[in-house]
Amino acid sequence: MSPTLWLAAAGGNSASIPAPHIEYGQLSPMLIVFAAAVAGILTEAFVPRRARYGVQIGISLLGLGGAFAAVVVLAAQGHATTQAGLLAMGSVAIDGPALFLQGVILLTAVMAVLTYAERRLEPRLNGHGVDSFAAQGGAVPGGDQEREATRAGFTTTEVFPLTLFAVGGMLLFPAANDLLTMFVALEVLSLPLYLLCGLARRRRLLSQEAALKYFLLGAFASAFFLFGTALLYGYAGSVQLGDIADVVSGVAPVTPALTVTTQNDALLLIGLAMLSVGLLFKVGAVPFHAWTPDVYQGAPTPVTGFMAAATKTAAFGAFLRLFYVAFPGLKWDWRPVMWGVAILTMVAGAILAVTQQDVKRLLAYSSIAHAGFILTGVIATNRQGLGAVLFYLLAYSFVTLGAFAVVTLVRDSKGEATHLSSWAGLGRRSPLLAAVFALFLLAFAGIPLTSGFTGKFAVFQAAAAGGATPLVIVGVLSSAVAAFFYIRVIVLMFFSDPQPQGPSVAVPSPLTATAIGVGVLVTLGLGLLPQYFLDLASKASLFVR
Amino acid sequence: MNSLIPLLVAVPLAGAALLLLGGRALDRFGHWLGTLAAAGSFGIGLVLFAEMLGRPTDQRPVREFLYSWIPVNGFQADVAFQLDQLSMTFVLLITGVGTLIHVYSTGYMAHDERRRRFFGYLNLFLAAMLLLVLADNYLLLYVGWEGVGLASYLLIGFWQHKPSAATAAKKAFIVNRVGDLGLSIAIMLMFVEFGSFAFGPVFGAADDASEGKLTAIGLMLLLAACGKSAQVPLQSWLGDAMEGPTPVSALIHAATMVTAGVYLITRSSAIFDLAPDAQTAVVAVGTVTLLFGAIVGCAKDDIKKALAGSTMSQIGYMVLAAGLGPIGYVFAIMHLVTHGFFKAGLFLGAGSVMHGMNDEVNMRHYGGLRKYMPVTFATFGLGYLAIIGFPGLSGFFSKDKIIEAAFSKGGTEGWILGLCALVGAAVTAFYMTRVMMMTFFGEKRWQPDPETGEEPHPHESPKVMTLPMVVLAVGSVFAGALFTYGDAFLKWLEPVTGFEEGHPPIPAAAVTVLTTVCMLAGVGLAYTMYGRTRVPVTPPVGSALTRAARRDLLQDDFNHAVLVRPGSALAATLVWFDSRGLDGFVNGLAATIGGVSGRLRRVQTGFVRTYALSMFGGTLVLVATTLLMRSV
Repeated sequence: MSPTLWLAAAGGNSASIPAPHIEYGQLSPMLIVFAAAVAGILTEAFVPRRARYGVQIGISLLGLGGAFAAVVVLAAQGHATTQAGLLAMGSVAIDGPALFLQGVILLTAVMAVLTYAERRLEPRLNGHGVDSFAAQGGAVPGGDQEREATRAGFTTTEVFPLTLFAVGGMLLFPAANDLLTMFVALEVLSLPLYLLCGLARRRRLLSQEAALKYFLLGAFASAFFLFGTALLYGYAGSVQLGDIADVVSGVAPVTPALTVTTQNDALLLIGLAMLSVGLLFKVGAVPFHAWTPDVYQGAPTPVTGFMAAATKTAAFGAFLRLFYVAFPGLKWDWRPVMWGVAILTMVAGAILAVTQQDVKRLLAYSSIAHAGFILTGVIATNRQGLGAVLFYLLAYSFVTLGAFAVVTLVRDSKGEATHLSSWAGLGRRSPLLAAVFALFLLAFAGIPLTSGFTGKFAVFQAAAAGGATPLVIVGVLSSAVAAFFYIRVIVLMFFSDPQPQGPSVAVPSPLTATAIGVGVLVTLGLGLLPQYFLDLASKASLFVR
Repeated sequence: MNSLIPLLVAVPLAGAALLLLGGRALDRFGHWLGTLAAAGSFGIGLVLFAEMLGRPTDQRPVREFLYSWIPVNGFQADVAFQLDQLSMTFVLLITGVGTLIHVYSTGYMAHDERRRRFFGYLNLFLAAMLLLVLADNYLLLYVGWEGVGLASYLLIGFWQHKPSAATAAKKAFIVNRVGDLGLSIAIMLMFVEFGSFAFGPVFGAADDASEGKLTAIGLMLLLAACGKSAQVPLQSWLGDAMEGPTPVSALIHAATMVTAGVYLITRSSAIFDLAPDAQTAVVAVGTVTLLFGAIVGCAKDDIKKALAGSTMSQIGYMVLAAGLGPIGYVFAIMHLVTHGFFKAGLFLGAGSVMHGMNDEVNMRHYGGLRKYMPVTFATFGLGYLAIIGFPGLSGFFSKDKIIEAAFSKGGTEGWILGLCALVGAAVTAFYMTRVMMMTFFGEKRWQPDPETGEEPHPHESPKVMTLPMVVLAVGSVFAGALFTYGDAFLKWLEPVTGFEEGHPPIPAAAVTVLTTVCMLAGVGLAYTMYGRTRVPVTPPVGSALTRAARRDLLQDDFNHAVLVRPGSALAATLVWFDSRGLDGFVNGLAATIGGVSGRLRRVQTGFVRTYALSMFGGTLVLVATTLLMRSV
């Protein structure tokens, strides 16, 4: 800061610092969610324990629903297209991709909250229905305190505000228009998720291990992101994506400081690579994927479903904005590298999934492979690719959430029965549930008439149009490998004999049933009549700068 | 008023959905629901018909656009209906005869426990058939085409507990696939050539297309027609299709579905008129089939199979006429309609006889039934007179016109076609008289059932069955005269199909006289052979031709030798190649992937330090490659 500014501030002449202009109305989706989150925290503090469950659900659904309504209103006002622009002094963007992804995240979150609130799967304790979350998060697993809390039928209703905070971060992440805001959003979305991962009611140690792993590796990745931000600031003299793009393409006015730094492309390229690491970690791309299976397996299943769907959506949103807004001029530098990452991700995800024996780990590897498929759409670097990725994220979110919701229902005495061997013959015992799960698996595999096919077709088509045909070929081949393990589960469910002491299928309350039902409807709807949503995604596919 | 058109299809479709999904609750009155749906559709057809008659000729065809199924740039698949005079004729035939047969079936299927399902299938058939004739483009027509194929399959195999019925259904389905392939190729060719498959654009652009392409399209359409209408060489399924309940044989395998090929050719007249080679093929197929079917019909002792041969032969006449171009289209359709009446009537008569004879189908076990079933005898007799072309009855007018048109083809060709058609008329008279004599005349030859020892007690069928037969008999008698009076049918249909006056090399009156003489000769011969002499209960050995005709002129043996055996050999070779070559490769690949996966899994140690190291390594590689990309 210059000495004059110091003096001015010290002299109390506040007029020389302009008050930042904040467009509250256009930021309302995030503000509503954050407000709901704060209300949730206050609920924890002031509302009696027995009433919290209902109040939290009400607040969460109202907040998410209100935010979604705000998104719809903003989109209807044209903020997605003609009225797109930058908010809050250029640190947040409101445009098609931001609003589209915010909508997707909010809908996903509503579905996730429904699965969180499910209380009919676990046996009742002390006359109270309990959910998938620990009786008391802070208690030592296996300790006396935990035993007492469990016996008393306590539940961790903090999961609702935690989720709302995460959702708030996720809403901001794809809308963040400068690197610092993006970093803040990344942390806001990550920290609550770390906590949520450690809150499983069953297999507490596995859950806490997952949370710790996720936290350590997440912090590690965030550090890379922050370091990349610093390097880029050093290069371009700004953290705003638009400014960086101007400097990269050489249209920005050359200041004396810039003449020195722009000489040094190493700053730019290393910075770019490090930012990518932070984001590739979040989407679970190889070689930054190692956390995914462990965390997906350890986390409470409703959280896994939420995380797999919404985090991926938010992270890809940020990824797209970063590469489409700040670095289109560097296409020839980052595209080859991303080619490699996408190929590795698709192939490794598909191949590793083949030998998995746990359904949650299987879905984790499947999500890695899908990250690879989505990356092919990102690499297309054309408007078509952007629209395709948006559509893919919409389709994928609902399938994922639905699939994990189904996983919560297959249970034995130890809780969820996630080992694949216990899913044998499920189709005979519970044909409807097995059919629904088969539908989700077919959608993952990208079989026509499901949303997965439409999404995959769209990204591959865009990638081919963007000159990445070899990538498409690898993508199709890995889809073929991936189809093997999806179909293997279907074969297992329908054509194997059930185990004598196999798991039973719990009858869910309308909450989970709704989440699964909506998942089925969206999966079929986007497969049978995708045109409207393809058009919507394609209309939304223009970033503001 | 046009908005009624979709209802024509929707009403029976709703009936089918209700009956097939409705469950046992509908068992008690489901058959009446089905009948009501058919009658409703017929009623709508009548309203539309009256309305169409009220419009001047050039405004009669109407189009009703429902929705666009796949609206993609350059590929417009619409669900749209076209109701012109040709479609109208079919609509009335399908729904009219369909309703009568629904009524008949309420009696015929009264004791079948799966009656509701039967009516569901019948309604499904009506909906599909109406879709077929109402579609305004080939793609939608194809939907109907496959729909009737499905309904036909389901109904032939309705008594699926009988292996013969199941096999017959399968056979009909598979043989029809060959024809359907022709239709799908024709549609693809049209799309490539004209960029559309709607009737309007295709026919409009046909003038500019090369004759070679039109011939290819025409031949593919002919292949489709051969499959659906049981024409040589895809005729083998129709005889076996008689395994289905008799009302089905009457509706689907005599009056309506099997005439879909004739509709297809007539509808595509714009294409065939410009492709003379394809037309020649049509004529050849029709002529061969009309003789083929007639000869088969002479040798069969199974009453339904004899009638099936006759159906084949009569459709041969229609195809022949349709192949003659504008001089024949109108008569093809006219014969189609009159045939719809008398052949449905004959089948219902046969069903009535079977009903009274404990489901016996062998005519050698009938005899003298006229005393026991007077109504059946009378209606069957009128149908018989109509089909042999007895002067004044329906068949006389329509068949005579076709024979006349065949002669009018001109040149040697015309003579050959005309004479073949004349011979066909004589043979028709022969085999129909044979059926008549063996069934209703002579002494009774029925015997106790070999298993139960029960003696059949022939009796007249209930009113719900005889009433439709009476109505159809009335149609068989008067339809021809009605159509011919003042050239009513010609004037009605001409705007759609076009018409040219044929000029036979011999006077038209002479053709009529010749036809009648031939018919009388056939009747006389059959009377001598089956009316004057005793009909043996065990069939005589017969000549080589008779023996071959009993086996459908060896068509199955031919198919087996020429198609099935090489096909199986090819399949066996492919299986060998598949299991040795491809599977080896695929399994090897799968094993490799599994192995790699097993190895890679070990990297996932569960230690966070390993993960962090891999991330760090990954970052280094990422940074290095990014820098490297710039330097290369």
